[in-house]
Amino acid sequence: MARFPKPAEGSWTEHYPELGTGLVSYADSIAPEFFELEREAIFKRAWLHVGRVEQLPRNGSYFTREIAVARTSVVIVRDGDEIRAFHNICRHRGNKLVWQDFPREETSGTARQFTCKYHGWRYGLDGACAFVQQEGEFFDLDKADYGLVPVHCDVWAGFIFVNLDHNSDPANRQPLREFLGPMITAIEDFPFDQLTARYGFRAEVPANWKVFMDALQEQYHAPIVHRSQRPESFDAHAAGFEAPHYQIDGPHRMFNSPGIRPWELPEDQIKASEQLLRGGLFGPWDPPDFYEATQIAGMRPGGHERVGVALFEIWPSFGIQLWERGWYHTYQHWPTSYDTHIFECNQYFAPARNAHELAAQEMTAVSFKEFALQDDNLIASVQLTMGSGGLTEFPLCDQEVLCRHLHKTAQEWVSVYQAS
Amino acid sequence: MTAAPGLLPSEFADLERFAEPWCLATEGERWAQRHASSIEEMREFYEAMFPRVDAALVYCDGFSLDDLPDDARNLMYLVFSFVMVSFPVEVWNAPRIPDVGDANLERVASPFI
Repeated sequence: MARFPKPAEGSWTEHYPELGTGLVSYADSIAPEFFELEREAIFKRAWLHVGRVEQLPRNGSYFTREIAVARTSVVIVRDGDEIRAFHNICRHRGNKLVWQDFPREETSGTARQFTCKYHGWRYGLDGACAFVQQEGEFFDLDKADYGLVPVHCDVWAGFIFVNLDHNSDPANRQPLREFLGPMITAIEDFPFDQLTARYGFRAEVPANWKVFMDALQEQYHAPIVHRSQRPESFDAHAAGFEAPHYQIDGPHRMFNSPGIRPWELPEDQIKASEQLLRGGLFGPWDPPDFYEATQIAGMRPGGHERVGVALFEIWPSFGIQLWERGWYHTYQHWPTSYDTHIFECNQYFAPARNAHELAAQEMTAVSFKEFALQDDNLIASVQLTMGSGGLTEFPLCDQEVLCRHLHKTAQEWVSVYQAS
Repeated sequence: MTAAPGLLPSEFADLERFAEPWCLATEGERWAQRHASSIEEMREFYEAMFPRVDAALVYCDGFSLDDLPDDARNLMYLVFSFVMVSFPVEVWNAPRIPDVGDANLERVASPFI
């Protein structure tokens, strides 16, 4: 018997009839040719999250992002009240403009202007070309024509997004807020700007970006993969997993997990050190002072009172997971080839005010890595054999509806691009 | 005649024998130390720490986190190492997470070091 009511159609999958219920093709995750199309069709068309406004605290603060899938580097900078983005390339002879010691690596800092290491051309924070070395040696060069190439940039709820689409008429380009749509913008009142203590993680994953996303947007695997992390009294196979709510809005998707409230469990069902430090995978047990402000309606679109987490996957590959106890984390997958990507994860808490709070956060951060590594390695094994022997179509159950939606959306965006 | 000062505040001298291997400032170092230790070594550290962790945090609560004296900072690092070994001791009964292969997840940012 289902633990939570399903929609009137009988399943979450059938609630979105355009998804179908047949086998799902994973040809999109094993073919280099498809990946080349994804570069143009998805990553140079959609809005891409690149960071948060707290990374740019003052005038001239900047950071760079290596966006391998779009074969570009972008510098994001605060110019007074504006946040601007540019292709990180000098207009003279194409040298990378902003980098430190290792040109392949991302960097950050504060600057009054940007100076190219090659011939000393300089650019203001607004991108204008301010200085050309030996300007008189050039032929009809007007500096005004040689500003940094801008990248469309916008901010939502403190998250900075860029859009690398240079092809479409700017008048036709979809504004960020419209791209995000009502299901995502319903969480914009979550107090992201008060949860500024960041624990950051990075991994190079030998799998297609969508294969790892699949593992994070279904919990059907959780009782099995993570069974040894549950108390011995817990019967993984009997419990199974059901989400109280799944929802899709355009290319984006979300689900609620009922979660576990460790602070309500009997002592023999919790790790002793979690009990001691009042923190674990589900976060610090003690919520922040502004807890009420974290309980926004948008994290419970199904109206369930009890919700452990709400994971919002913003197309193409940026996830925001809100936790019931008043903190959040983000996931991001940056493709580097058809079978590799960079995985970034950040956990955000209210800044610890004392040693007890700091220890609870450390317990949360360490717990996350213990779980995530199990997923990380499993995903590598999935990628290894997917597509071998011509097996590229798979049955997905109702609890895997978001995986179905992800692959369908990737295939649709590529088809639209090919038709244009 | 006073004893040479250790890494930890004097009231935690009972833990001083663990200070040199485990007072490690970064998660990367603590991860490496966990994997270089035997489960017996980590269990000994864990069992000595467990009854003292709350007292350690109460001691450090007496300072602003932005302005910890060195010995209190070392004590925080020791608590962080306790967190790191809690999984091998309480869950895995081994230094390594099972079925992880050579996957790694680097912690690249922490709000307190």
